[in-house]
Amino acid sequence: MNIQVADRSTSASKGKVKQAIADCDIHPSPKSLEIEIYPYLSKRWRSYLESYGFIYRQGFPNGPAFPKGQPDAARRDAYPPNGGRPGSDLEFMREQHLDPNNVQLGILNPLKSGQGLQNSDFAEAYCRAVNEWQIAEWTSKESRLKASLMVPFEDAKASVAEIDHWAGNPHFAQVLLLSRTIEPLGQRRYWPIYEAACRANLPVAVHAFGYGGTPVTGGGWPSFYIEEMVGHAENTQSLLTSMVIEGVFERFPTLKVILVEAGFAWLPALKWRLDKLWHRMRDEIPHVTRPPSELIQEHVWLTTQPMEEPEPREHLLDTIEWIGWDKLLFATDYPHWDFDDPARALPLKLSKERRENFFLGNALDLYGLR
Amino acid sequence: MTIAPPPTTGAIDCDIHPSVPSIEALLPYMADHWRDTIVQRGVHNLETIAYPKNAPLTARPDWRPAKGLPAADVVTIQAQALDPFATSIAICNCLYGVQLLMSEDIAAAFANAVNQWMAAEFLDRDPRLRASIVIPTQNTEMAVAEIERWADDKRFVSVLMLVMDENPLGRRLYWPIYAAAARHGLPICVHAGSAYKHPVTSVGWPSYYTEDYAAQSPAFHNMVSSFICEGVFAKYPDLTVVLAESGFTWLPAHLWRLTKFWRGLRAEIPWVDRPPTEIARDHFRLTLQPVDAPPTVSDFERLMEHMGSDEMLLFSTDYPHHQFDGNAVLPEGLSPTLARKIMVDNPKNTYPRLQ
Repeated sequence: MNIQVADRSTSASKGKVKQAIADCDIHPSPKSLEIEIYPYLSKRWRSYLESYGFIYRQGFPNGPAFPKGQPDAARRDAYPPNGGRPGSDLEFMREQHLDPNNVQLGILNPLKSGQGLQNSDFAEAYCRAVNEWQIAEWTSKESRLKASLMVPFEDAKASVAEIDHWAGNPHFAQVLLLSRTIEPLGQRRYWPIYEAACRANLPVAVHAFGYGGTPVTGGGWPSFYIEEMVGHAENTQSLLTSMVIEGVFERFPTLKVILVEAGFAWLPALKWRLDKLWHRMRDEIPHVTRPPSELIQEHVWLTTQPMEEPEPREHLLDTIEWIGWDKLLFATDYPHWDFDDPARALPLKLSKERRENFFLGNALDLYGLR
Repeated sequence: MTIAPPPTTGAIDCDIHPSVPSIEALLPYMADHWRDTIVQRGVHNLETIAYPKNAPLTARPDWRPAKGLPAADVVTIQAQALDPFATSIAICNCLYGVQLLMSEDIAAAFANAVNQWMAAEFLDRDPRLRASIVIPTQNTEMAVAEIERWADDKRFVSVLMLVMDENPLGRRLYWPIYAAAARHGLPICVHAGSAYKHPVTSVGWPSYYTEDYAAQSPAFHNMVSSFICEGVFAKYPDLTVVLAESGFTWLPAHLWRLTKFWRGLRAEIPWVDRPPTEIARDHFRLTLQPVDAPPTVSDFERLMEHMGSDEMLLFSTDYPHHQFDGNAVLPEGLSPTLARKIMVDNPKNTYPRLQ
């Protein structure tokens, strides 16, 4: 994490990072809604947006309930010199991130994309617009970048239609959901999305954040942004627990799930807990026929950022071993403030093969781009 | 079945659960108005969905009575929880639905009745037993009054709260409770469980009880964050919080994450003036069971290194919940020295009233 405004004029030179990387969490923004998104919205929805704005399951239309650590949660040095929001200028993204950090594959995860809006019809229309926009403004101009297929996940039927519409389109690497849903993601209302994703041969990524309307802890709303941010890991544990215990992985044996921006060091203890519970509670969940740890091992990948930093650092090697060296996908979260710098991430002695797979190979394998 | 005693004597069991056998058992400890209310309105026994009656986790098969609830009288507890483990002291944490009630008045009446019942039915009948004070967290003033009522009775050694209350436990509305606890040398025991004022997960209600139990762990993560970020320990430097039935293998990873974010966001919480990992080691203690253990002894040993402290774990059986079989209460891989610390020294150092 780096919230200082560093002078990157020298460090941003080409070839700073020798190891080619996959960055599995890049956040693009439109330069402006009028120029880049409106062309893909009907007159009705342009007019609706002008009148009502974005209404989520939270009270503020113009920003989050917990003020971020930085404006737009962005690195202060990520504002494009020609104006616009961080992450809105492809040329500057190449110059600041893709080139110097040797990004061979970048997965785009748009965040303000219509997902989780109260109005399902608007969510459906807006997701479609964001999908069109990603191709027009990003992936058709930059072959290193891949898009995420945005779906209005609270409406499974509309989500399936969106997946079917784009199925087979090589611009999309994955279906993207947000983690803060109105019900746990293992529940049956979401199953058609998993079925459609498997049919389209796309992994389902679940990015931390969103607004499900439920407090971010089981014990109510905390006071601070740091609690919400840290809590994304707990939230992700709950949705993964739901997927395992509800039987999603037994029902969809080819489903691949990627947990994005929730860290990863929590996974071993969760697996141990679920395995222990599974042994005890089999009478209640007979549909889960294998130990949760096995199901997770087969079906779940995690992006690395924000990477936990124990002292001593070597403890993280135990953790990664407990997760599996093949299950982690490197990510920076560019252009956000809690960016993990590939030049500095994982300062541990690793074999060449491990390092290569951690930063690149695992992602190429998962997305079928090797 | 004969259970061999664990490899040390004088064990202090920091988490056992006597059951309120029926709501009638509490009537003698209630004022007329509440007795009438319970009878006339047909108030049901306040067992909660946190431990469904016949779920495998709720009671070990050999600890289930032929009739009624497990652990419902002192003779049963002596025979099943105290004698087999050569326990010198056991702390009773009564899990009864007091915190779930919507009316703070009824909650206060029930909390007081449960504490009176605990003193009369258990503490008076076996000198090895201690208890946590049940408080009506629905109203902070009433909760403090309940602590004050029992503060002079040294057999009450801590104050009980559920990990999922209506608000995160670090929030300032609860601080008078912590002030009272610190004043009287009472750690706060945060136990697994929910007031069910919110869904147990941050993404809504699950389908299965298994998920509810799994959700206790994320809730403990959240509350560690809450206590630290709100500055409870900066305000009450002598306060100890015991996390009970929380599991513990999740703690190191959570603290790594919280500490990383603290480095980036500490301007938001300037009273947190040292790494959360350090604060946690000074102020949190965790009961032993359930042990959500890694698959091998060598993994367990590595995990214990990640914990970074041999002072945080407190022996518990979590009786009568089914967390282990026979006498296998201690996980494999504990050195005899560490086992002794967990069973005797750490509890004594945690609860001022046990010294």
